[in-house]
Parts: sequence; C-alpha cells; structure tokens
Amino acid sequence: MTDVRVAGVGLTRFGSHPDRTGRDLFATAALRAFEDAGVPREDVEELNYGNFMGALAEHQGHQAPLMAEAAGVSCPSTRYEEACASAGVAVREAVRTVRAGDADVALAGGMERMTNLPTDEVTEGLAIAADDLFEVRAGVTFPGAYALMATAYFDAYGGEREDLAHVAAKNHANAVPNEYAQYRKEVSVEEALDAPPVAEPLHLYDACPITDGASALVIVSEEYAAEHDVDAPVAVTGTGQGTDRMSLADRQHLARTPAADDAADAAYADAGVSPGDVDVAEVHDCFTIAEVLALESLGFFDPGEGISAARDGVTTADGDLPVNLSGGLKAKGHPVGATGGSQIAELTRLLRGDHPNSERVADAEVGVAHNAGGTVASAVVHVLEVAK
Amino acid sequence: MSAPASNGAYDEWLDALGDGEGYALVCPEGHGSLPPRRVCPECGSATLSEERLAGTGTVETYSVVHVAGPQFADDTPYVTAVAHFGPVRITGVLRGVEPGSDAVAVGDRVAVGVEERATDGAPLVAFRPAGGE
Repeated sequence: MTDVRVAGVGLTRFGSHPDRTGRDLFATAALRAFEDAGVPREDVEELNYGNFMGALAEHQGHQAPLMAEAAGVSCPSTRYEEACASAGVAVREAVRTVRAGDADVALAGGMERMTNLPTDEVTEGLAIAADDLFEVRAGVTFPGAYALMATAYFDAYGGEREDLAHVAAKNHANAVPNEYAQYRKEVSVEEALDAPPVAEPLHLYDACPITDGASALVIVSEEYAAEHDVDAPVAVTGTGQGTDRMSLADRQHLARTPAADDAADAAYADAGVSPGDVDVAEVHDCFTIAEVLALESLGFFDPGEGISAARDGVTTADGDLPVNLSGGLKAKGHPVGATGGSQIAELTRLLRGDHPNSERVADAEVGVAHNAGGTVASAVVHVLEVAK
Repeated sequence: MSAPASNGAYDEWLDALGDGEGYALVCPEGHGSLPPRRVCPECGSATLSEERLAGTGTVETYSVVHVAGPQFADDTPYVTAVAHFGPVRITGVLRGVEPGSDAVAVGDRVAVGVEERATDGAPLVAFRPAGGE
C-alpha cells in the first residue's frame, strides 16, 4: 500500500456568488488546486466529486462529467452524494484509489450552489437529508433535527445555550483572518444568545449560513510526488467512515453520534494514532451542538463532557486543542457538497504553515477532519500528518 | 395533477395510526421498527410481526421550529417531538400546547394520532398532551 499525499488544495471564497454557476465554482477551486500542487492536469487519473442538492439548485444531475470538463481533466469521474459528507466520502475514495495503486493522481472535492434558491427552498432541500416519510413529513427541518439533539443532550448531560454560544463566538473569531470565509466578523456570546430562534434551543448564530462554494484537492501517491519533485509535505495517514440509522428517532441515543465514533476509530487505527496525539481539528459544526458531539465522537472528551470545551478555552485558538481554526462551517460557511474537501484543504494549510491561523498551531504534526451527513447517519474522518 | 403516488406499507401504517390502531413491527429479538420493512434493521431477522402501540408515549426530546420549508410555512411556530412508544420512537408535531420552549418537558406523556398540516392539509403525525407523568 502506497502512502498518500495532499499535493495541492484549492478553494473558492465561501459565500454568496449570485452570478456564478456550479461548474464555474468547481473550475476555480480545481485550477487553484493544480496551481498549488504544481501537478499538470493531464496527470489526473480519477475525479471524485461531491455534491448534494445540485438537482434542486441548478436542475443538474449527472454532474461528474460536467465537472471533469470544467476542471479540464479527462478521466473517469464520479459524483458522490452523502448529504453534507459528500466531499468527505469523495476524498476518501480518492485516498483509497491511490492507496490501491489504481491511480497516482486523483482530483477530489466538491461543490454546492445554494444561495440562488429562496431560504424556504434551501430549508426544504436540506431537509431531504433526513428520512422523508418519518421525519420530513413530521415537520423535521435540518436545524430542527439538531435542535432535537441539543434538547436531548441538555436533558441527558446538562449544559445550556450559553455553552453553545461560546462555540459560535470561537468559530467566528477564527474566521476573521481567513480570506475564504463567508463571515469574517466576530460575534459575541451576548449577540449569539440574543439572536432570533430558528429551532429552539438553537438560534441564528447556532446555525451555519447558506453558502455557495467549491473545494478541490490534488491527491497523489508518495512515489509520484518523489518522481515528479512535487512538494507535498502533508500525508493522509488515516481514513474511516461510519453509518448509522437514518432517522434520529431510531438511534441508540439521541445525543450521541456513533457513526462518527466508528469513523474516528477506523481512521485512528488506520493512521496508528490516538486522540491524544491530535494537535488540531476541523469538525463538522453545521450547528454549534454538532461541534460538541464531534468532539466526543473523536475521543477528545467523554460523552457529556464536550459541551464546555469552547467556554473553558480548550478548543479556542489559544487552547490546547484548537478546533475549527478555519472558522468552521459556522462562520467559514457550509456549501454542503464542498465542505468535506474544504476541511482537508484548511487542515493541510494549517499543517503546512501557510494558513492565516497557522501560527496558532506552529508545532502541529497531526490533524483530524470530521465530516458528517444528515444528523450523522453518515460520518467520515481523516487523519492528516506532517510527513516525516 | 395525478393522484399522489402510494407509499404502500407506510400509508397503511399512517391510516392505522389515524384510526387509533398504530403498530410497530417487532422481530423475535424484540427490536422495533416502522414499515415498510423486509428485515429488522437491528438484527436482520425477516420474521416481523405487528404489535399494537401503547396508548401513550413519553417525550424524549423536542424543538420549537420557527423556520420551516414551504410545506410547513403556515404551521410555524410548531413543536416537533420524538416520543417513545414501547419498541419504537415516533417523530411528530406536538399540538395542544403553546409553541414555546416551556411548552413541554422531556418525560411528558403524549398520545399519538394523525392530523392535518395547516399549510396544505396533508396528513401529519401529531401528538397531544396525555396528562400525568
């Protein structure tokens, strides 16, 4: 099995791009990734592309060939759909393909266009990541589902809205220097607490925004990097994926995410690291409570103990374990089908030292990316390490 | 508009729930699930039998939804809840309470039935307070 390196990363600015089609967004991210990698496009042997709601947002199915054209690559191309974990699974397939020796160079990432739809249609579009018969028809929205998890968490373990407000404040502060972030402004704990409710107990600043954007990664074998003198100092050393029951109501526990436990266990075992080895993490904070659940699934905290991590300063930029230095989905934005690739792009930049927040984790060697679909019926975890 | 497509065993279950005869599918191991099912999602058993739901269930979690999709536009604000009925949990909208954060508490007893969505009259799994603890 060959080792896998991230040769290059490319992102669009996350936010509102009213005049840009999905194909144009992905082309921008891909070309930036090729430029960053110094790898010629003709060397790409596989495109693994994530997208969730393109059929609704742009009336466009069968997107992979379209994105191959847009990126200027000529190779087998496949779209992966796993709700908000679409790009995470796309990257995972690229890693597995390169490891298996089936390709030396893969392009992986994703795109989502969302702001061209009215808010109620986006709400409806996101809701279909839940079980249509038993959840969507029963009034469950995407924020509503995480609100159900938050209520269950508070009931089982304690915690309060103010704990969650600290997660929002932390991630907004982290986004300020990030040139790709949608919201580069600080939000105070008080502002978060005073914001209007979306699905109680979650309020506006507990929720990620609606975002357009794309991410792309050039994934190569270690041998390719050596032969072609490609500077690729970050390795993907672990990958894991987990699946749980689709409906929240069918889960063992309404305030835990065992799919992410499984993904993390597999990724740590694959990499030969433990949670205590991790220096920095990008986790799927589509809602503030989701970051708490991620920290627990990743093994940084026991169940019920992650709620105060931001408030206690453990996961802030100057804490022992900075989480979401990119700003997270919360402030950087969440173009759902691009997010998993974006997390790995940000983690790569953080570990390489060329992220605006790299100085916060100057000695970091091990990073973890956690990407979740729906109410974590799907989860993907990757371990990235500075190559020795 | 053509008639809406049938969802088979789900529609039958919803009709039964509306008639006060809701049921869960239960395998020999006692795992509960909701139709349509060919196998138990927990253990894979293909031996599933219908078991009547208890008259009341227990709220395990809830949320007051203020922002919804077009199908619930005229229903907001509303309370979504997950309630435990013996071998299964059911997700529905809690009616008969003021939709606020103190409208209900985890552990409250509720009855389940089928009512109409305010926005378009579509059938909706609905809970009503059953009183008592």
